[in-house]
Amino acid sequence: MTTLLPRAGARPPGRGPRTAARRRERLTALGMVSPAVLLLLVFFVVPVVLAFALAFTSARLISPTPAHFVGLRNFTLLFQDPVFFRSLLNTAVFAAVVVPVQAGLALGLALLVNTKVGGTNFFRTVYFVPVVTSMVVISIVWMFLYQKTGLVNHLIDTLTLGHLHGPDWLNDPSTALPAIIFMSVWQGVGFHMVIWLSGLQTIPADLHEAAAIDGADRWARFRHVTWPGLRATRTFVLITITIDALRLFTQVNVMTQGGPLDSTTTVVYQAVHAGYTQQQTAYASAISLVFFVLVLAVSLIQRFLTREKD
Amino acid sequence: MRSKVKRLAATSVAIVTAATVLAGCSGSSGSGSGADGDTLTLWTHNAGNAAEYKVVQQIVDDFNAGQGKYKVKIQAFPQGSYNDAVVAAASAKKLPCILDADGPNVPNWAWGGYLAPLDMSGSETAVADQLPSTVGTYDDKLYAFGHYDVALTMFARKSVLQAHGIRIPTIDKPWSSDEFTAALAALKASGTFEQPLEMGTGGSGEWWPYAYSPQLQSFGGDLVDRSDYKSAKGVLDGPEAVAWATWFRSLVTNGYMAQKSGTSPNDDFLNGKSAIEWDGSWDAAKNAEKLGDDLAILPPVDFGQGPKIGGASWQWGMSATCGNKAGAQEYLKFSRKNQYFVDFAKATGTIPATAAASAQIPGYQPGGPYEVFTQEARKFAVVRPVTPAYPYISSVFEKTAKDILAGADPKKTLSQAADQIDANLKSNNYYAN
Repeated sequence: MTTLLPRAGARPPGRGPRTAARRRERLTALGMVSPAVLLLLVFFVVPVVLAFALAFTSARLISPTPAHFVGLRNFTLLFQDPVFFRSLLNTAVFAAVVVPVQAGLALGLALLVNTKVGGTNFFRTVYFVPVVTSMVVISIVWMFLYQKTGLVNHLIDTLTLGHLHGPDWLNDPSTALPAIIFMSVWQGVGFHMVIWLSGLQTIPADLHEAAAIDGADRWARFRHVTWPGLRATRTFVLITITIDALRLFTQVNVMTQGGPLDSTTTVVYQAVHAGYTQQQTAYASAISLVFFVLVLAVSLIQRFLTREKD
Repeated sequence: MRSKVKRLAATSVAIVTAATVLAGCSGSSGSGSGADGDTLTLWTHNAGNAAEYKVVQQIVDDFNAGQGKYKVKIQAFPQGSYNDAVVAAASAKKLPCILDADGPNVPNWAWGGYLAPLDMSGSETAVADQLPSTVGTYDDKLYAFGHYDVALTMFARKSVLQAHGIRIPTIDKPWSSDEFTAALAALKASGTFEQPLEMGTGGSGEWWPYAYSPQLQSFGGDLVDRSDYKSAKGVLDGPEAVAWATWFRSLVTNGYMAQKSGTSPNDDFLNGKSAIEWDGSWDAAKNAEKLGDDLAILPPVDFGQGPKIGGASWQWGMSATCGNKAGAQEYLKFSRKNQYFVDFAKATGTIPATAAASAQIPGYQPGGPYEVFTQEARKFAVVRPVTPAYPYISSVFEKTAKDILAGADPKKTLSQAADQIDANLKSNNYYAN
């Protein structure tokens, strides 16, 4: 937007055909962005501002009395709520594991399906199938797989010749979150594989050929040709996975409802639970507000770390 | 030329968008909702429930045909999203005139100004003749009534109980806590059942307070102090409640019951995976069909304060914003014909709300195999706390009970739950009007 508009004072004052043309251009630009800006205003900015305002009131989902200002009461309650800290911890653990693992696996898969051998299209499709399946469906299917007598435990039983018995994955506080992490990575890895793949294909083949002629081995070519060539893709993958991971909700809502013993509760799950099931709109808004600040901080840090150093 | 066209297109898109948005914002004017003159809208949760939906449709058709003044239009929702739809509609002041509500939500919706008090005098069936649990009152005013109720009960096979030397309990002499534990121990020891007791612990939502808070009440605890609904301290975390929680968890640690049962507990029982199932009267017909005379319908266990079951199922009411209250009342009165009480109970396999209707339903007539449910509903039913705080209490109890089953410390968890409920009551000024 700012690059389109001429800077004030950059040109001498006066009304020439150039100015008229620029004004027309500016109007066109305004016309072009207005639908998007309007929709963003109505469906994003207004609700966000409302949520922020609600966090300081006594608003409830169902109430005969109008909401009134209560200052920081919701935040005081929130910072005394042990479940909130557990939610924060779980969300942080989920993101800390999922971001590197999913990004790394996706890159590995992308490198594999980017080779020039037959059947790569088949594997690209196979890896992508979970991505286009609804997360609710996947969660329900994996609930069956994770049962005490489910497929996963049968597999463990068979592979270890009966020496190892799997736990009741989703009902054991120590395995529930890892089980959800594993499933989420499996589901999301295909999407980021495709992103990496598109990045890989923007790297000109002659760079690889030149490196090969210079005697670079596979690792050296990856380290000095592929990796630098994926700079922009890397940033994109990092930020999208992080935001996705912090938003963890569907799997938890379908599979464990935050249990057992709060081992899988997350910030978004807690906000939805407080806001709808428990009808505490203001409290849920306070959770969302704190969450917004945290995500913003994480995004800013990531932007700073991945900024263009020129 | 091309840029001109582009500009024109962009501007028109912008104008259209703005116009739509503005129209959307200013659309909700007017005083009432759910009625267009004498055409009234009716909402029901029965979209996925063909048998019950057919009865609703029958009543509406009869009503529309029987008089010329009012016309009722049905809109059905799937049960899973029904409450959300009502809450959303209420926030937008777009509630229908007539709607059904799950019994425990009635006080909350009445307090929140969703429902209007009803005057059902002069209808074919008197409200006083109904099972108390099928009448939704709040603040001594009638807000909703149901055509049926359901009863919690235990199912077992007579042959299995006899083979293990277990007495078959009756309404007048139900199992005591010790007898129940001994029965479970005997069944477990036989080795036939990995987990002899099935209590549907894989369920979620309202099932938890519905199914397990009566057991807490039988122990002597409760969800909240019902004398003034101002505190849960002492009842939800008193020694009786701790005894309940300890017993509840022991079912898992002793291997009597799964911490989280399968997705179809009733099938697991019918297939012989479990010996005793804690379930509702709605599965009785299916069980009887499969097991015939071998089916034993058992009353709930008496843990000290007598057997208890939850009361109240779906009930009908009128929205407070209804634009044509006379028409809505007219319809609701019409729906109180004895015939419809019979039809609902028949279609859904539930307990009819009146004795007159019971007499006409095979199985529920005096001496019939299902009469036990009517007796249970009459003798043991405890409605869930009649307070607008109920949805909050319900969600806290669900989480607490799940945590207890998963091994949380009973005393600490219950005391935390009571604190949370008290804090919620206090911060909402005890849900005063």
